[in-house]
Amino acid sequence: MDILAVKSLAAALAIAIGGFGPALAIGLLAGKGLEAIGRNPEAASKVQTAMILAIAFAEAIAIYAFVMALIIKFV
Amino acid sequence: MNISLAAEPIFHIGSFPVTNTLLVGWVITLLLVGLAWIINAKISDVPGRLQNAVEMAMEMLFNMVDSVTGDREKTKKFFPIVATIFIAVIASNWVELVPGLGSIGIWETTANGRELIPFIRSTSADLNFTAALAIVSFVAVQFFGVAALGLGRYAGKFFVAPWKKPYFIGSFVGLLEFISEFSKLISFTFRLFGNIFAGEVLLLVIGMLVPYIVPMPFLLLEIFVGFVQALVFSMLTLVFLTGATTAHGEEEHAH
Repeated sequence: MDILAVKSLAAALAIAIGGFGPALAIGLLAGKGLEAIGRNPEAASKVQTAMILAIAFAEAIAIYAFVMALIIKFV
Repeated sequence: MNISLAAEPIFHIGSFPVTNTLLVGWVITLLLVGLAWIINAKISDVPGRLQNAVEMAMEMLFNMVDSVTGDREKTKKFFPIVATIFIAVIASNWVELVPGLGSIGIWETTANGRELIPFIRSTSADLNFTAALAIVSFVAVQFFGVAALGLGRYAGKFFVAPWKKPYFIGSFVGLLEFISEFSKLISFTFRLFGNIFAGEVLLLVIGMLVPYIVPMPFLLLEIFVGFVQALVFSMLTLVFLTGATTAHGEEEHAH
């Protein structure tokens, strides 16, 4: 296999596998957050703030994977 | 189509390369400072339309900061840096929506043949800008933490003596927190860079494939992503600031 083919494959695998964990994490977080808001609508804004923050942390991992895929493909 | 991770230099001042992101950054700075100047010059008790709009935005930001810190004094101290980070990041994120992104430029012959060097590229799609903002945020957190708690107590949060409760676990956790302070730098940098650069590449590719009608939902997505990334950067800075100025004993109670 020549190097260009391996590079493309590596880039694709990086983002595909790297996006799996964060997607699961964000889904779970949002689910629990919505459940908490449903149980206690008065605390909705506090729960929402913490939820958005936690989702941003989880999404950052997907972004790392994406940046690695870009580096592999284009550098 | 030219997709390059690093910002492309347009011209050189001496040996300093002026990249397209730097030019866009200067334009944004001039616009924002000019806006602030204009508002400040004609500030009045009965606000005109522009002053009203800016006051509304400021009040929303202020209430948001207030809801996270829960303490009016802290809000007054943290508001300038948090709001500045928010406004700077959202302004430079939304530059990628300007028509002409990546397509208006100059042709140059480089090592890879003839390439188009675009004029418009969002400042946050440059690793230097995001890294600089991350460093500013990091230094601000450390500075406010030391100012609020004093160097001894602030360092005591990270370097817990093993003979005090909770013994060795405490020192280990303190060491982990110390390392995580530095990992926040990396995560700040790459989160903003990755989101905005990915958005630009997406818009370029979609624009190349189907230029009419189809880019619309992607432009909407990029508006949203730009707003959310600015919000996340400033809110995370705010949360770290609040955490750094809270002494170890008084953990965040319900606010």
